[in-house]
Amino acid sequence: MRVGRPRRTPVAITGMGVVAPGGLGVKGFWELLTAGRTATREISLFDASGFRSRIAAECEFDPRQEGLSPREIRRMDRVAQFAVVCTRDALGDSGLDLAAVPPERIGVSIGSAVGCTMRLEEEYVVLSDGGREWLVDPAYAVPHAYDYMVPSTIAAETAGVCGAEGPVALISTGCTAGLDAVGHAVRLLQEGSADVMVAGAAEAPISPITSACFDAIKATSPDNDDPAGASRPFDLDRHGFVLGEGAAVLVLERLDDARRRSARVYAEIIGFASRSNAFHMTGLKPDGREMAEAIRAAMDLARIGPDDIGYINAHGSGTKQNDRHETAAFKRSLGARAYEVPVSSVKSMIGHSLGAIGSIEIAASALALEQQVVPPTANLHTPDPECDLDYVPLSARDHAMEVVLSVGSGFGGFQSAMLLAKGGTT
Amino acid sequence: MTGTVVVTGLGVIAPGGDDTEAFWRTLLAGRRSIGRIDRFAPDRYRTRLAGQVHGFHAKERVGSRVAVQTDLFTQFGLAASDMALADAGLDMAAVPEYERAVVVASSSGGTEFGQREIERLWRNGPDHVGAYQSIAWFYAATTGQVSIRHGMRGPCGVICAEQAGALDAVGQARRLIRDGARAALTGGTDASLCPYGLTAQLAAGRLYQGDDPARAYRPFAADTAGFVPGEGGAILVVEDAAAAAERGARQYGTVAGYAATFDPRPDSGREPGLRRAAELALADAGRAPGDVDVVFADAAGVRELDRIEAAALTALFEPYGVPVTAPKTMTGRLYAGGAALDLVSALLAVRDGVVPPTVGIGRPAADGRLDLVLDHPRRLAVRTVLVLARGFGGFNAAVVVTAPDAAHARAPQPSEGADHASIHRR
Repeated sequence: MRVGRPRRTPVAITGMGVVAPGGLGVKGFWELLTAGRTATREISLFDASGFRSRIAAECEFDPRQEGLSPREIRRMDRVAQFAVVCTRDALGDSGLDLAAVPPERIGVSIGSAVGCTMRLEEEYVVLSDGGREWLVDPAYAVPHAYDYMVPSTIAAETAGVCGAEGPVALISTGCTAGLDAVGHAVRLLQEGSADVMVAGAAEAPISPITSACFDAIKATSPDNDDPAGASRPFDLDRHGFVLGEGAAVLVLERLDDARRRSARVYAEIIGFASRSNAFHMTGLKPDGREMAEAIRAAMDLARIGPDDIGYINAHGSGTKQNDRHETAAFKRSLGARAYEVPVSSVKSMIGHSLGAIGSIEIAASALALEQQVVPPTANLHTPDPECDLDYVPLSARDHAMEVVLSVGSGFGGFQSAMLLAKGGTT
Repeated sequence: MTGTVVVTGLGVIAPGGDDTEAFWRTLLAGRRSIGRIDRFAPDRYRTRLAGQVHGFHAKERVGSRVAVQTDLFTQFGLAASDMALADAGLDMAAVPEYERAVVVASSSGGTEFGQREIERLWRNGPDHVGAYQSIAWFYAATTGQVSIRHGMRGPCGVICAEQAGALDAVGQARRLIRDGARAALTGGTDASLCPYGLTAQLAAGRLYQGDDPARAYRPFAADTAGFVPGEGGAILVVEDAAAAAERGARQYGTVAGYAATFDPRPDSGREPGLRRAAELALADAGRAPGDVDVVFADAAGVRELDRIEAAALTALFEPYGVPVTAPKTMTGRLYAGGAALDLVSALLAVRDGVVPPTVGIGRPAADGRLDLVLDHPRRLAVRTVLVLARGFGGFNAAVVVTAPDAAHARAPQPSEGADHASIHRR
């Protein structure tokens, strides 16, 4: 890595909790990714007959088995349950003695795009008697109805689990929320507003209304006859993204603090930036200009150049426009290096869990660095001439790398880029 | 780059005024803008009073194309952004495109738009959900639309912390300016006065129930009976002080201090986090409690929450040690818009040397020991203001604003709307 001006304090990932489709915990998640297995199936969470896209990547998640109490299960939407379970796992994994950290110095930053959408819809259906009464009947309201209306409850529930009394926020920048929430946490650690940040993102959007709204704009894949092969980022025959769900929560500390307590460091976060295309709420220009700018800004902050990047964990949603846009952004920001560096999309295996996926992909990127293995892009059989980079088709690859770039792109025009470095390299 | 962040533009859409000066005149006149809900027939709901924005014509304010694809909360945000930018006299073309930031708070997203589309889905089937549901309902809708409208290609953010969110957004906007953005649009708006939105709010158990506007929402009164919900909010333009001075911008004040905390678990026996948020924000501003000229209180209108706030204020300022006001008694609590609106009022108090009153609470509870600015505005040289906000679930935030240098200050506006005889001097 280049040695230049002093950069910002690096932040260490010292704990990790993941709830993802197709495998339990961090171990199951990494096994699925490195095996190149896909977790996209027919939707079972609701009756999707009549919908254009009837496939999704669902988590095998039993809140009782995960240790949630009956009251927690009643109170929390599935998305908050994901966040809470991941938080407990991440704290345990970090080896951090929480009792030794003043609660005021613990903060929370959780991302989510659509919040408690499952319960919001379920409750509405009851209150409105199946959509028949605009003036919904308050007599049928559950006591926690307001918890579902404000997504901030996901962050509040998370804070309850870790006893955080420092800054707590729910970041909701659509599909970049998972990257932005972690970026926000990094910033708070760097400015000294907290010593420990519990940061990540959660989403549980597999519900009729979310599916219907993506159907309406034909964003999701209609390849219902091939659920396991439906998420095909960078493939010529890609037809949209496959909805997913899940969560990842990380324990973050300033690198010096992590070293002082000899914590396991999965990876360091060395740069983050976001930009916006100010173009269209859902459309992307093919030139990838603003994402390229986010990548350049993140590299500037990290004081690294294109040649330092050893792997790109792509947004790779599998929509026609995204994969083109992103490929252009990599070329624009990294020049010739874009053609040398492996690029892959884990969404090919676990679908696109909207606000959560950014954090899940940070977890995947950190594991890739730690294990020196690049997860593949599953289902990539027919290269698209417009997507002409090395997308690591079908099989994982052993690969020496020091720095990973993870990017996200979302509705609203938001583009985010994060750089992670192998633990112990800075 | 000085690290100093100043407010150069304000935009308000609120009960009592859909532009900044009209709203300010209403506040100084001590006029309540709370009335019976007329957006729908509220008879079956226990809460029938609200602070509504009247006479807002979305198509005229945001254009018909944007109006059909947005919820009211976003339309408020767009209209307030237009107003704030015009007020700041900021020519966006003169600001480098990646140095234009947007970070706005959202509390419950596009509530009414969402209710309508979920109704269509359940009444008529998935094909009847409109194409705009995906971009109107989610919490990032306002930030995305504002970014597009004004070509803001820099970092964009969305923070959800219920009523505390707008202060967090302003704190985040200040970070973005310190990290290199030149100008940011920040603040928050909310519009959740549809049947489902109101029903969910009722479930939280904090709303005033009844029909008497004179008895509704009396924070710090011994027999307070909850708060009245409202809609609207405010958007502010913040800039790097040096850049603002260079272009000769007139300033409202400096965002001198900010902090956020989270309440301890209910069973911990620890003090709630509001006082600490205030202390941290003052320390961040380099100010002592004795420097504060007035406090804009969160004023929950819920007895226990009022007690907590009064205790925090008396601990920090001594009993009756500082004027305290809650002009939100005239508008209701605006959720994501509420704290943004308070910040605007605080800055106008600095400009005009007058504190808007807390209206209609009758006699404050004896145990509060607060110097409340009751019923009539108070003439006061205002140099330093503390603004407090709390969000449902445990969120606390505080912002300290200070007066600008005389050379850059906005000229005071004669308060024509206010009855001068009613302005009390102390």
